[in-house]
Amino acid sequence: MPDPLLQVDRLDAFYGDFQALFGVSLAITAGEIAAVIGANGAGKSTLLKSIVGWMPARRDAVVFQGRPIGGEPANKVTAAGIALVPEGRRLFASLSVEENLVIGGQLKRPGPWNLARVYKLFPVLAEKKHNPATSLSGGQQQMVAIGRALMSNPLLLLCDELSLGLAPIIVKEIYAQMASITAEGLAVIIVEQDIGQALKIASHICCLQVGRVALEGAASGLTRQEIGAAYFGV
Amino acid sequence: MSGFFVRRATRSSQIGLALVLLSVPVLAAAPWWGGPATISMLVEVLVYIGLASLWNLLAGYAGLVSVGQQAYVGLGGYTLFGLASLFGVDPLLAIPVAGLLTAVVSVPVAGLLFRLRGPYFAIGSWVVAEVFRLLLANWQLLGGGSGASLPVPVVIAMAPDRFLRLAYIYWTALGLAALTIALVAFLLRSRFGMALTAIRDNEIAARSNGVSVTRTKLVVYVLAAAGTGMLGALISLAHLRISPDSAFSVNDWSVLVIFMTVIGGIGSIEGPVLGAILFFLLRGALADLGSIYLIILGAIAIGVMMLAPRGLWGLVAARTGWDVLPLKRRVFVTKPES
Amino acid sequence: MDWVNTIIQGLLVGGLYAMFAAGLSLIFGVMRLVNIAHGDLTVLAAYVAYSIIAATGIDPLVSILLVVPIMAVIGYALQRALLNRTLGNDILPPLLVTFGLSVIIQNGLLETFSADSHRLIAGPIEVASFGLGGIYVGALPLLQFGLAVAVIWGLHLLFYRTALGRAFRAVSDDQEVARLMGLDNRHIYGLAMALSLAIVGLAGVLLAIRTNFDPAIGPSRLIFGFEAVIIGGLSSLWGTLAGGIILGVVQAAGAHFDPGWQDLAGHIAFLLVLALRPRGLFAK
Repeated sequence: MPDPLLQVDRLDAFYGDFQALFGVSLAITAGEIAAVIGANGAGKSTLLKSIVGWMPARRDAVVFQGRPIGGEPANKVTAAGIALVPEGRRLFASLSVEENLVIGGQLKRPGPWNLARVYKLFPVLAEKKHNPATSLSGGQQQMVAIGRALMSNPLLLLCDELSLGLAPIIVKEIYAQMASITAEGLAVIIVEQDIGQALKIASHICCLQVGRVALEGAASGLTRQEIGAAYFGV
Repeated sequence: MSGFFVRRATRSSQIGLALVLLSVPVLAAAPWWGGPATISMLVEVLVYIGLASLWNLLAGYAGLVSVGQQAYVGLGGYTLFGLASLFGVDPLLAIPVAGLLTAVVSVPVAGLLFRLRGPYFAIGSWVVAEVFRLLLANWQLLGGGSGASLPVPVVIAMAPDRFLRLAYIYWTALGLAALTIALVAFLLRSRFGMALTAIRDNEIAARSNGVSVTRTKLVVYVLAAAGTGMLGALISLAHLRISPDSAFSVNDWSVLVIFMTVIGGIGSIEGPVLGAILFFLLRGALADLGSIYLIILGAIAIGVMMLAPRGLWGLVAARTGWDVLPLKRRVFVTKPES
Repeated sequence: MDWVNTIIQGLLVGGLYAMFAAGLSLIFGVMRLVNIAHGDLTVLAAYVAYSIIAATGIDPLVSILLVVPIMAVIGYALQRALLNRTLGNDILPPLLVTFGLSVIIQNGLLETFSADSHRLIAGPIEVASFGLGGIYVGALPLLQFGLAVAVIWGLHLLFYRTALGRAFRAVSDDQEVARLMGLDNRHIYGLAMALSLAIVGLAGVLLAIRTNFDPAIGPSRLIFGFEAVIIGGLSSLWGTLAGGIILGVVQAAGAHFDPGWQDLAGHIAFLLVLALRPRGLFAK
C-alpha cells in the first residue's frame, strides 16, 4: 500500500464560533480520483479550503508528501504542489483568458502542463484568449479556471463544485476531459453535489454529513443505497 | 428551566451615572472656585469634549470619517461674528442660530460628499472646509484674510462685568458639552442607535434589513454639523476674535480632535471624553515641545490603532466591563429552578 | 495671447498634478488604500533631495537618480512594516494610521529643517525656453510635463504588459485567489507602495524645483492629487493625466483672474465634477 500523497488527519474547522468540520480524516494516494460528496453545508468546501491554506488548521492535520502543511498560507501550499479550482470559478476579472492562464503558471513549477497543452485540452479558449476572462460563458470560465490550476503543475488538484451553475451537457463535456487531465498520474479530489457525475469518475468516495465523515471507501465497494443513506443521514 | 433577562444598568454604570450627576454642581460652580485662566481652559476642554464626541458619532458609529469638521467650526464662528458685528445680536443668542445655519449648509454638502466613499470622503470633506476658508478669506465684510475682533460694545452688552461674561460663556460651554453627550447617548439608546450600530458592523446586512442607510447617515451628519457649528461659535466667542486660518484650522479642529478620539477610544461614549481630558493633562506636561508633541501624539495614535483599536477606554472596559453610562443591553441568564 | 499662455502654463503644471494623482490611484487600485501621507511624502522627497544637494552639490535634476530609489525603499519598508497590518475590511485603521503618519512627517520635517521655505535651483535650464509662434514655453515645465506623460505611459505598460502588472491586477481583483497562484500578497503590496513612492520621489524633486516648499505644503499636494483623480475618474490612468491637466488649467485661469483664487478655482471645479459627473469625466 503506497504512502498517501495527502493525509488529512482529524481536521477541525471553525468559522468564528461555529464548527464546520469535526475530526475529518481522509487519505489520497497518487493518481487517485477521490470524490467528496454531501449535502449543502456538509463541509465539503471547508475541507478543501483547509487543505489549500485558506483556513487555519492544526499543523499536522494536513500532511502532504509526508510534510505537515496545516495552516500554511495558500501561496506556500500551491508552491508545494496542491492547486485549487475554486467554487464559483473566481477568475481575475481584470485579466484576459490568456493572462489568467499565464498567472496560474506564475511559479514555473516543472511539469507537463503549459499554455499550449491547456489550449489543446480546451480548444475554445484559444479562440478567446485575449477576451476578458469574465466575458466568457459559465462553462468556458470553468475551463479557464481548471486550466489556470493546471498551469501550476500540481501533484494534487482540488476541484470545488465544478458543476455549479452549469448546464448538464457542459458539465459532461468538462468531466469528459478528466482522463486527459489525470493521464500523468495527477491526483484529484472533486467536491460535487452532482453524485452521478462524481461516482462516474471517482475511485474513492468520501461522504460528509454535517461536518463529519459519514461514509468512506473505494467506489467499487459501496452500493448506491449505502451512499444515499450516508448523504441524507438516514 | 433556565431563562434570561435583559438589563441595561450594571453596578459600574450606576456608580458612573451617580458620579457624573454629582460632578455637575461642582462644575457649575467653577466660576467661583476657579480663576479666569482656569475657566478659559475648562471652556476649551469642554468644547473639545463636545467636538470629540461628535466626531466619534460620525466616524465611530456612522462610518463617516470626516477630516473637514473645521468647515462647521469656522462657519459657526463666522455666523456668530456676522450676527454680532453687523446686526448687534447678543453673541450667546447667536450660538443656536449658528447651529441652525451650519445644519442647513450641511445638507447640500452631504449631498456632494456622500458620493465619495471611505478615505475619499475624508479628503473631500477637507476640500469643502478649504473652500469655506478661502471664500471667507476673500470676503472683506468680515475681515477678510486677517480676520476681525468682536466689537467692544457687543462684548460689553453681553454681561454687566467680566466675571459674569466669562461665567456665561463657561456655563454655555458646560451646557453644550453636556447636551452633546446626552444627544449621543440618547441616539445610541434608541432604535436609531441600533440602526447606527448595525450600519457600523455591516452596512449591506443593515440595508437588507430595511435600515435606510443614507437617511441615517444624513441625520448623523447634519446633527454633528449643527453641534460642531455651535461649539465653533462658542470658541470664537471665547477668543473674542476670528480669522479664517484659526477658525478653519485643520490642525486645531480635526487633527487634535481625531487624535483625542482615537486614543481615548472610538466607538464608545466614554472614549472621546477620556481622550479630551487626557489631552489637556498631557498638554500641560508637554507644552514646550511644540511639534515634537504632535509627533508623539501621532505615534501614539498609530500605536493605538494597530494594537488597541478601541482606544484606552476600550482597554479599560474590556478588562473591567465598566460602563459609565447605562447603554449596553446585557443578557443575564437565570439559574434553573431546582 | 495672454490666455493661451495661461492655458499652456496650466497644462504643464497639470502634468505634475497627474503625477501626484498617479501615485495615489495606483495604491488605491491595487490595495484599496488611500495614503493620507502621500503629499507629505512628496515634501519629504523634496527635503531628501535638498539634503543630498546640500551635501554633494549635484544638480537637482541629477539628484532624481538618487531620490527615486531612496523613496522606493522607504515605500517598501513602510508597507511591509506598518501598512500591510492595517489592510482589511475596516476603513478606519489605514485611514487613521496614514493620517498619523502625515502629522509625524510634517512635524518631523519641521523639527529637522525649520519652517523656512526653500527651492532647488536647477541652473540654466530654468530660464531656457522655446518660442512657439509667439508663445514662450519654458524648457523646464516642458520637461516636467514630458516626464509626467512618460510616467503615465510607463505605468500603463507596466500594468498591462508585465508579469508584475498582471500580479497587481490579480491581487486587486481577488487577493485570496491571487495567493492560490503562488503570489505573496505582502510582497506585492510592498512593491506597489515602492512604485508609488518612486513616483512621489520624482514628483517631489520636480515640485521643489518649480516652487518654494516647506514642511506644511504636503496636505495641499494631497488634495490636488486627489482632485485630479476624481476629476479624471477613478479607473483610468490616462483619465488621471487628463484630470491633472484640467485641474492645472482651471487653477491657472483662476490665478489669472486673481492670485488668491488659484486653489479655490480648482476646488470649485472638483466640486462641480463631483456634483455633475461623480464618476469622473473620463470614467471607463
